[in-house]
Amino acid sequence: MELLSGADMIARFLQDEGVEYIYGYPGGAALHIYDALFRQDKVKHILVRHEQAATHAADGYARASGKPGTVLVTSGPGATNAVTGIATAYMDSIPLVVLCGQVMSHLIGDDAFQETDIIGVTRPVVKHSFSIRHPSEIPEVLKKAYYLASTGRPGPVVVDIPKDMTAPTERYEYVYPKKVKLRSYNPVTRGHTGQIKKAVEMMLKAKRPVFYTGGGVVTGNASEGLTDLVKHLGFPITTTLMGIGAYPQSDRQCLGWLGMHGSYESNMAMHHADLVIAIGARFDDRVTNNTSKFCPTAKIIHVDIDPSSVSKTVRADVPIVGPAASVINEMISLVQGKEVSQPEALAEWWQKLDGWREERVGKLYEPSQEGEPLKPQEVIEAVCRVTRGEAYVTTDVGQHQMFAAQYYKFDKPNRLITSGGLGTMGFGFPAAMGIKKSYPDDDVVCITGEGSFQMMMQELSTCKQYGVGVKIINLNNGSLGMVRQWQDLNYKSRHAQSYMESLPDFQMLIESYGFTALKVERHEDLEPALERAFADKNELVFLDVYVDPREHVYPMQVPLGSMRDMLLSKTERT
Amino acid sequence: MRHIISILMENEPGALSRVVGLFSQRNYNIESLNVAPTEDPTLSRLTVTTVGDDRVIEQITKHLNKLIDVVKLVDLTEGQHIERELMLVKVKALGAARDEVKRTADIFRAQVVDVTPNLYTVQITGDASKLDAFLQAMAPVGILEVARTGVSGIARGDKVLSL
Repeated sequence: MELLSGADMIARFLQDEGVEYIYGYPGGAALHIYDALFRQDKVKHILVRHEQAATHAADGYARASGKPGTVLVTSGPGATNAVTGIATAYMDSIPLVVLCGQVMSHLIGDDAFQETDIIGVTRPVVKHSFSIRHPSEIPEVLKKAYYLASTGRPGPVVVDIPKDMTAPTERYEYVYPKKVKLRSYNPVTRGHTGQIKKAVEMMLKAKRPVFYTGGGVVTGNASEGLTDLVKHLGFPITTTLMGIGAYPQSDRQCLGWLGMHGSYESNMAMHHADLVIAIGARFDDRVTNNTSKFCPTAKIIHVDIDPSSVSKTVRADVPIVGPAASVINEMISLVQGKEVSQPEALAEWWQKLDGWREERVGKLYEPSQEGEPLKPQEVIEAVCRVTRGEAYVTTDVGQHQMFAAQYYKFDKPNRLITSGGLGTMGFGFPAAMGIKKSYPDDDVVCITGEGSFQMMMQELSTCKQYGVGVKIINLNNGSLGMVRQWQDLNYKSRHAQSYMESLPDFQMLIESYGFTALKVERHEDLEPALERAFADKNELVFLDVYVDPREHVYPMQVPLGSMRDMLLSKTERT
Repeated sequence: MRHIISILMENEPGALSRVVGLFSQRNYNIESLNVAPTEDPTLSRLTVTTVGDDRVIEQITKHLNKLIDVVKLVDLTEGQHIERELMLVKVKALGAARDEVKRTADIFRAQVVDVTPNLYTVQITGDASKLDAFLQAMAPVGILEVARTGVSGIARGDKVLSL
């Protein structure tokens, strides 16, 4: 029997759980835990410069690896700083375990120094939370936290740890719990066979089918199965922003992604489809546009692990509650050896789809001319070329995020790492840091803008401390591009607070940390700068790329319209 | 439509706040709420009455089920059920009204449970509409204070909500 203090139990548990990196920031209430981490060397702690970055870094790691990320912060401001990152993970269903120090139990409720009811503060943005009430509970509670975070529909779990629970003087028996059970939590392991059969029958009979798949396919490790199923049926597929890469984008059957800034052909396909097969997607308002005009002629099959996602905004004709992977596998076995019953109709459907695709070829944006500022789209296409489409691409939020998703071509899941649900500016850089730490041999590039980057740029210091060689492509248009775009479209170009005056000289700023930074203003400088940036995988390089501030993201769905109501450029509309 | 949802949940600190928080967070209504431990001290039973169309009620029950602390729940209004609420009312009881209050209490099968020279405290149980009716009847006499427990309920017949 082994006797350990609460703090040592935490350190030991993290080792036994196989946690390699933990992102955090120390403070009074967490000091016993920090001391325990200091006295071991298996779990490596990365000291960030702001707790929000710790959550984004752990989140980035979780998205890239599929395993839960781990965060350690102190009570009060340490924990409240982490809230935005917790909410980001919650909205995108990312497994995260956040350990928060707390004031000593006997002080809770007294408004003690650095006391915050973090369980209360985070309640609406966590999958679950725990408060440690006795040190002996620690191993079991932590196991439950990891179990809950990573199973079913994943999400963040907060564990609140009063300082006296980790006191070095009190020791209790430690056993690593291999398994835990919660009587009230039994995530589904498979879908209803009858419903799946019904869905497959509809799929085989469909004339104008389209797959619409989301982040659930990525987090549910179902992308191989999905690819097999879609290829076998020969149907078109569109994904959500979160689902990008679950089906190879370079394949002919992939229409791109859908929704507010989705591809013309994706949105047209959805509007005209007679069967929408939704898997691991949640009919978000950025996808559906006006739900009353959404897919007017389609029957809807909706596969999701979370029953509350089904029929939440759009009523499903065939609801299937189950994990994407197992439902897809069951579908594959049911379509095995069977052909679609309407091959002519499907061929006709493809003619239509190819026609829509054809319509937009060469019209997506106007490339810059000699002497004009670079177009952001060109920059992304160049990044994609130089990295051969194989990098982990993180983004912040705004125009550059949409351009990155539109013009980088992803053939693998878990490669586009973006805050889709919450839309958190400041996410991209720390997320890239978290990925690069665990995937040092891969290219990790953060596509950002000067607005977003300034929200988390203090992490340059962290990258310096740990030698994190991420690449940062700053699409610098001197304004909050997406806000400006909306102001152009809806407020007669009154650019209220959407411009950035007094930008730092990014090159000098980055160089002050000892990193390389290049300014790119001219067309001919772009590719050489990118080649330089990606030459050494271990080096952090920052490219400050000046792009055209007048550029808008298109297509753009018209508010309150249907899927097919889109602005296609500043002058064209469907 | 009004629904009575009865929930078995872990008798843990914070569990109630998750349930209540869910309603405000997702813009659902709580008309009444009551909660107490069951015969199994690890479980609490919470009964909430809420109003919404079928779609909203479906979402409410799905989201409640998603809460880790919620073990089981039933929408009692889907079947035959018994619904009760307890109310304590202090009413003025002076002069002729003193007899009138007692008579009305008898008609409603309510009991006078506390007496002073000036007032009666009346205890009454029933469904919400009976309690409302009693309050209406007492209004002319003068109601001083009302304490209602909120609705509790249980299914009729063999149906049982347990683990």
